[in-house]
Amino acid sequence: MSGPPQHDHPDVVLCPGGPVLVRGAHTVQDADGQVHEVRRPVVALCRCAKSARLPFCDGTHKLLPEGARP
Amino acid sequence: MILPKPRGELSAALFEALRSVPERTPPLPQFADDAADAALSLWVLHELSYRGFEDVDDEAEWDLVALGVRRTLERELEQRLRDRWPGNPAGGYDPDELLAFVEADDGPSLSSYIQKKATREETLELLRQRSVYHLKEADPSAWTVPRLPVRAQAALVELQFDEYGDGDPNRLHSHLFARGLDAEGLRSERGAYIDEATPETLEMNNAMSLFGLHRRLRGAAMGHLAAFEASSSLPSRKMAQGLERLGFNDQLVGYYTEHVEADAVHEQLAARDICGTLAEDDPGQADGIWFGAFTCLDLEARFARSMFERWGSQE
Repeated sequence: MSGPPQHDHPDVVLCPGGPVLVRGAHTVQDADGQVHEVRRPVVALCRCAKSARLPFCDGTHKLLPEGARP
Repeated sequence: MILPKPRGELSAALFEALRSVPERTPPLPQFADDAADAALSLWVLHELSYRGFEDVDDEAEWDLVALGVRRTLERELEQRLRDRWPGNPAGGYDPDELLAFVEADDGPSLSSYIQKKATREETLELLRQRSVYHLKEADPSAWTVPRLPVRAQAALVELQFDEYGDGDPNRLHSHLFARGLDAEGLRSERGAYIDEATPETLEMNNAMSLFGLHRRLRGAAMGHLAAFEASSSLPSRKMAQGLERLGFNDQLVGYYTEHVEADAVHEQLAARDICGTLAEDDPGQADGIWFGAFTCLDLEARFARSMFERWGSQE
């Protein structure tokens, strides 16, 4: 008998071909040093660098060819 | 909200019967006149489980005559949706396959049309049709919460917390939309434009309620949610650009820009943490996930085609 399991629940998750999800962040500093407030419990940060709303993911990775995705 | 205008013999008799609850409800016609009569009747019957109607007693939600009609209409709707579904393309469920399936969708795009070509009148018409859904937004998915295994349950609530404004009523998505409509001089109360909802709009909303209200269809409810979220980020950006082009107010534009970022998160949560763990912990639901995802895209494509047809557009 193992009982109810302990589940993995990572704070940072790299999505294949897509953004990195970050849980519990309140602020994010972008590459220019500007700090952005985060108001949602999980935020998706851009990894393809093509987002129009950097540092946040806006789904643009889906427009890139397979080989150019993160 | 009060009961909408009936659109045929079934809805006329049904609404009369609903107004007579808790008196004994008379027997009702067995068949609807047409798709609009059936779809409006089912929309009203489902609405009894959301907010109800000022001119209908709350008892009507569980009135046996009303439930009988609801069940018949739901069976017909589910059969219609299943007949259109080509089946699970992969066997089992894989989140990346679902995201790729949504990406590969080449259905007609209302958001591209709004972004570049639509007139203000066409855009207002689209907003009125969309309001039937956007004014309840996350509610149909909320029915599924108590029906999920623990990992999927936690993930759905994590997503829904954001849909419901992260604890701030002003950021609740359906409320953001209501405020945007109001700022544009449109009506913002629930069901405000139900009398002009097309059969395609009604069917789209009825499918979500059907999936949400039946525990048996929990996989379809979550598959629908995943496909919906995964087909939202890029179109929301186009909608925002179109609304800006046409001079719509900031609040309405803001509703769509909020969805660009929110749904970039939600699509990952829905495809992976909700549907992925659901398929692992409750493997019988894998086909349902695909059925729901297909139905979401199929209903949107049918709705888009119907709008382009109304506008005489060759999109």
